[in-house]
Amino acid sequence: MTLTFIIDALVTVIGITTPILLAASGELVVEKSGVINLGVEGMMLVGTIAGFAVTFETGNPWLGILVATLAGATAATIFAVLVLSLGANQVATGLALTIFGIGLSSLIGSNYVGIAIDPVESPFPDALANDSFWRLIFGHSPFVYFAIVLVLAIGWFINKTRAGLVLRAVGENDLSAHSIGYPVIAIRYAAVAFGGAIAGIAGADFSMVISPLWAEQMTAGRGWIALALVVFAGWRAGRLLAGAYFFGVLMALELYAKASGHAIFPSQFWAAMPYLIAVIVLALISSRDGKDGKAPACLGKPFIPNG
Amino acid sequence: MRLRLEKRLEPSRTMLVMTPVLSVIAIMILGVIIFDGLGYDGPQAVWELFFTPVLDVYKWRDVASKAAPLIIIALGLSLGNQAKIWNIGAEGQYILGAIGAAGVAFATQSMTGFWIIPLMILVGMICGAFYAAIPAVLRTRYGVSEVLSSLMFVYVSLQLLSYLITGPWKDPDGHNFPQTAQLTDVQVLPHEVWDSGIPPGLLVALIVAIIFYIIVSRTVFGFSVRAIGEAPHAARYGGFSSNGIVWATLMISGAMAGLAGVLELMQLTRLNLGFPSGYGFTAIIVSLLGRSHPIGVFIAGIVLAITYVGGQVAQTVVHVPNATAGLFQALLLFAILASDLLVRYRIRINVSSPPKEGQRL
Amino acid sequence: MSVAPRLELTDVSKRFPGVLANDRVSLSVKPGEIHALLGENGAGKSTLVKMIYGIQAPDSGSILWEGQEVRIAHPRAARRLGVGMVFQHFSLFDAMDVLENIALGLDGAVSRKQLDAEIRLVMEKYGLKLDPRRQISTLSVGERQRIEIVRALLLNPRLLIMDEPTSVLTPQEVEDLFKTLRRLASEGCSILYISHKLHEIVELCERATILRGGKVVATCDPRQETARSMGEMMIGSDLRDPARGQVSVEGPVRLSVRELSLPKPDDFGVALEKISFQVKGGEIFGIAGVAGNGQNELLEALCGEHLADLHTVIEVDGAPVGRSGPSGRRKLGLCSVPEERNGHAAIGAFSLSDNAILTARSRMGFENQGFIHKAGADEFAANVIKTFAVKTLGPEALAGSLSGGNLQKYVMGREIMQSPGVLVVSQPTWGVDAGSAAFIHQALIDLAAQGSAIVVISQDLDELLRLCDRLSVINLGKLSTPRPVGDVSVQELGLLMGGSHGASAHDAGGIHAA
Repeated sequence: MTLTFIIDALVTVIGITTPILLAASGELVVEKSGVINLGVEGMMLVGTIAGFAVTFETGNPWLGILVATLAGATAATIFAVLVLSLGANQVATGLALTIFGIGLSSLIGSNYVGIAIDPVESPFPDALANDSFWRLIFGHSPFVYFAIVLVLAIGWFINKTRAGLVLRAVGENDLSAHSIGYPVIAIRYAAVAFGGAIAGIAGADFSMVISPLWAEQMTAGRGWIALALVVFAGWRAGRLLAGAYFFGVLMALELYAKASGHAIFPSQFWAAMPYLIAVIVLALISSRDGKDGKAPACLGKPFIPNG
Repeated sequence: MRLRLEKRLEPSRTMLVMTPVLSVIAIMILGVIIFDGLGYDGPQAVWELFFTPVLDVYKWRDVASKAAPLIIIALGLSLGNQAKIWNIGAEGQYILGAIGAAGVAFATQSMTGFWIIPLMILVGMICGAFYAAIPAVLRTRYGVSEVLSSLMFVYVSLQLLSYLITGPWKDPDGHNFPQTAQLTDVQVLPHEVWDSGIPPGLLVALIVAIIFYIIVSRTVFGFSVRAIGEAPHAARYGGFSSNGIVWATLMISGAMAGLAGVLELMQLTRLNLGFPSGYGFTAIIVSLLGRSHPIGVFIAGIVLAITYVGGQVAQTVVHVPNATAGLFQALLLFAILASDLLVRYRIRINVSSPPKEGQRL
Repeated sequence: MSVAPRLELTDVSKRFPGVLANDRVSLSVKPGEIHALLGENGAGKSTLVKMIYGIQAPDSGSILWEGQEVRIAHPRAARRLGVGMVFQHFSLFDAMDVLENIALGLDGAVSRKQLDAEIRLVMEKYGLKLDPRRQISTLSVGERQRIEIVRALLLNPRLLIMDEPTSVLTPQEVEDLFKTLRRLASEGCSILYISHKLHEIVELCERATILRGGKVVATCDPRQETARSMGEMMIGSDLRDPARGQVSVEGPVRLSVRELSLPKPDDFGVALEKISFQVKGGEIFGIAGVAGNGQNELLEALCGEHLADLHTVIEVDGAPVGRSGPSGRRKLGLCSVPEERNGHAAIGAFSLSDNAILTARSRMGFENQGFIHKAGADEFAANVIKTFAVKTLGPEALAGSLSGGNLQKYVMGREIMQSPGVLVVSQPTWGVDAGSAAFIHQALIDLAAQGSAIVVISQDLDELLRLCDRLSVINLGKLSTPRPVGDVSVQELGLLMGGSHGASAHDAGGIHAA
């Protein structure tokens, strides 16, 4: 257990946590407004291919990230139109979005199979970013720092601003909010689009940092873990941050087991672990009857104003 | 000229049947545009995707053998859909069904007898039902959403399959390929029923569809499923147990997915890493396109099977990537979800008249 | 030279698919006037008022505010003009506290501290009592209404619209409300008071506009009218009192409830504590109470949706049913009609025939070995429709397409025609037009005359006093000692209903729950 090993491990954990942290934060905002968007996996994949393709074609990673963000937001908007304006069922539409994202990214990605791009590097100067110790803090990609700032900003926004209060109101009781005069549908559109944009960034993290070599379905179900994460964070930003890193540790264990070969159990066991643990934690959280950690009351219900 | 949406007094039955048809047509048109945009021969691609499998008699067997598992799984899912219980993990139950049947097969490798196939089917269905029981208990005891839990278990089942194929069940004669040994002749259903050319899977699908039709329209159980989905409080008042229905619908759909898995295993005669075909997910689209009704599901299953076969054809003829089929299936789903609006609302076109005093513009 | 009216509507009309909700309505409210808008359920009062508050726009006609024509496009615009509204159904958020709820009702961001101060000022001035830190879910209905009132008052309204404010209040709380309104009116604020409670309007209002079928049928001065004369203008025909007649309740005990206790079903519910009562055949037993004191929990416990601890806690004709579900209880003769028509008593998206299958399949014989006999269900549904004069196209019509009164008649008919030995109903005529309400009351009386035991849970004291033989009050999940209807006064009932909230100011030697 050398220092280098510990630092390597921590750096890995932080790195692989980032996409689910991002995706979950975006989905947190969406769910606070009362909408459940199961299409996170699909939106991430859209961001994955958009970021990868644009970066490869233009050589500019920032452009890649921008397009990934827009792609995620656009995909989310399709969902929003179906669910908010056309009254479609949220579960089915979210799934449709996921299948769509998988299909679209495979289709466009078929041109890029096996191609690699340069991973996006740390924004800090070389001396700090590559230092054997300081890289723990300064050696991460911009995605990592963005994710942490984002979660904290979202927490502050939801709890301390008026706009956040209105968002919560819309998720708690959309009919009351509508009666008072708040634009429920518009607020939900904004929340959903925001969630999509962030999911797009999360996806880009996969193809631009974590594994900059294109392959199909790179996200491997992490989008679903992000959804589970929102539930067992009790829809609270602080718990989301902690929960995400806990998951990061599990996912890192899987990588370690596969790489080192000696892992007590076969590698498939470790690969299954994050999903099993997600289920166990969901069960423990749900059976605990907490006052905090309650879902927004309107979650998943369609908004039907009566006059 | 302005379009206005007016809520219908009752959902339109015509639209209920027309919208899937309209969706398919709309997607075909959209497909021509998308393919042209991507640089392929649009009309040709759509033709190969949708029409060739229907018109080419030699493709019918392919369509039938792909439609069968889709229909069987989708029938099970439809029951749950009506109760608003979403079994997203059918793919996992499908895999477990195949694993169960394979287990029986490897344990009876040297034996013969008519009982082997029914046993494999029974065990496969039990395994599928058991795997679906896990989300059921999580929902009834712990209040965990079956959407999330059934999905998580899909990924677990993939790992289980991978472990078995590369470990204890690896084919000793397989040159270290990740695959199992082959099933023997007594462990596999014939390719067609009594020389009719119809794959046995399709016959099973037909029988299952008829059984489900009777259950849904004639039994108290079918009534209770619909009631719980529409108004859970009223269903409770009517004496129906919500937990009981959660268990029943999940286990039934799990058993159906398991059944499909067994049939597919018998078609492929062995398990390998390519076994998870995504039928469990496509079946969700089938059940929604078929409006969760046995007849609709049967037809929808055939339609989606056509896109699968058509996708392969289009790949060969027009060089469109294979992933397109999946994209189209997703677009079909979007279309049917969007067109639901027409079932509940009527579109009114307002020819404008000069605004009266006090009237809002 | 008269002052311009604060609010004047001229020939305002509004149409919805299938119905003309308001037909050239004209209305005029003077500054400082308390003006009643009177009419039955469905007469068009709510629609009219939504247009004044900017939630809907009129199809034609004009609205004048202090002499100027205005177009009120949005509730925010209405608030800016000086129109405040206290809705019948509160726009509150259960999981948040009073302060946050009030903040949400305002149009701009205000700091918590400043808002707290302003709220205390308003409450002081008008004698309203509230703790800004409390979570809404812990408040009584009367307290919740106070939040809505404070919200409206913070904006210094010139016109305050109150939509059916007293349907959820105890008699004492109603008095407090009237004091507040009179105070406001004396300061020059106009009040538009919507209600169908005639005696309140006689007590409070100076002017009344009466709507029927979307049209204005009369305007009058309630101080010169009686409740009866206004009632007749409202309905357009003579009111017929249902005939209760001489009743002797010597029959055997058909329903026995012994120490029924149930924990809270969820965070926002009410626990039931040792509820005990008995009802004989031929008797109508009433349970009065303000909403939110356990009525729904009691009905669900009686009909079997929630099981009791012991089988013997509830007995029907001597047979224990405490641990049986609704189907088991129905087999033994216990039927029920919950308060919520669409979504609980009936499934809106199902046909009337399917709704018959929902509760009557066992007692009426269209369930056989797990299969449903559809023809039997159709026949039964058609019978109910005919006997209870339900206005609908037939058994295949969807329950959701029926009007409130007609659906309630169908649901009542469905249960009554199963000839239950015991019938428990909750809010039987809530939101129902007078004609259907009278029909339902007569049907209940007739059922009792045949020897069934009936329990009526209601917020409407008039209804209970007219129908019941004995009466009891439910408050915070506890039941008071049942008393014969002749022995108890409205005042006493009011105190029992108020229990520990809100009645303290009037508690001079009050009567306590047993």
